[in-house]
Amino acid sequence: MNKSDFDFLSSLLRDRSGLVLGEDKAYLLESRLGPVARKHGLTTVDDVAAQLRARRGAPLELDVVEAMTTNESFFFRDTRPFDQFKDIVLPQLLEARRATKSLRIWSAACSSGQEPYTLAMILKEEAAKLAGWRVEIVATDLSTAILDKAKEGLYSQFEVQRGLPITLLMKYFTQAGDRWQISQELRGMVSYRMFNLLESPTALGRFDIVFLRNVLIYFDQATKTQVLERVAKQMPSDGYLYLGGAETVLGITDRFQVLPGQRGLYGVVDPGQKVAAAG
Amino acid sequence: MVARRILEGLNFAVDEAADGQQALDRCLEQMPDAVLLDWNMPVMSGIEFLRELRGLADAQQPVVVFCTTENDLSHIQEAMSAGANEYIMKPFDSEILESKFQQTGVL
Repeated sequence: MNKSDFDFLSSLLRDRSGLVLGEDKAYLLESRLGPVARKHGLTTVDDVAAQLRARRGAPLELDVVEAMTTNESFFFRDTRPFDQFKDIVLPQLLEARRATKSLRIWSAACSSGQEPYTLAMILKEEAAKLAGWRVEIVATDLSTAILDKAKEGLYSQFEVQRGLPITLLMKYFTQAGDRWQISQELRGMVSYRMFNLLESPTALGRFDIVFLRNVLIYFDQATKTQVLERVAKQMPSDGYLYLGGAETVLGITDRFQVLPGQRGLYGVVDPGQKVAAAG
Repeated sequence: MVARRILEGLNFAVDEAADGQQALDRCLEQMPDAVLLDWNMPVMSGIEFLRELRGLADAQQPVVVFCTTENDLSHIQEAMSAGANEYIMKPFDSEILESKFQQTGVL
């Protein structure tokens, strides 16, 4: 691929999804866009670039964005966030919301559904504490193709073995040939919506808990700030935000603060608090 | 053997047995911390070995992780009710093996 095609495609991806693609990632364009090219009757990634230059906004553009922003995901990805969810976040919010008995959780950039279904499994395992509660899991992703896969809840043998204890596989999945499908009940606990993190999340409503793990790494600094500040506006002051273990808010926003000793788990900082502290 | 290489990479000292009977004899000599167990073996199958092992009185019981091409739910259920701690369906990769050993607390 020549430099001008690389620059064109990386700029298109940045505009459409916020994905920042370094020049060392040219191989990723080649490997992921090859199948997209063939699907559209083209031969090379250069042909894809040429076609997109001629006609922006075509279905080809959507396929290119989807192919480049789809990431590997697995059940109970890193066990720590889910231990924190069960042991810290859930008990705290069950106490704080005991009057309304209502919780809303957002799994942002949910990919093929492993994260929201992991949360659904934990909620099922904790069902005794949640009797009479209304808990909503909203899962969003930029890619409609990946959302279709998530809704279907059908996973390969490799996917169900990454992080998922066998007892939970036996309990919540049925075997469908050489694949495994998550139960209808768990699928019914998650509502999927297409959403681009570069847009305002106001229409999604307010969330007590937001999982935004391993997404910000693809954005530049200004976009990270914008995304986090918009997310903060959708959260109450006792809400919880999850970021990936390697991510940080330092130098990006002061609307979130890591919980002492709990890497990856953040509390909301009320803007009023900041003013008071500054005064 | 792929599994041996992965386990050695995780700092396990690995001993191998050709069948269930040999494995049981080795366990009686020196009980390991964990057993990675195939289903289909000559002389004594993996599930027979597991039942014998779990029937040993006063033994320090090891963690047992099945690792087999028997990938249907009924085999998994049979293994778990015989006392397996985890179950790996072949083919697998190092990440899966590592996560199963982490889940069972061996790592």
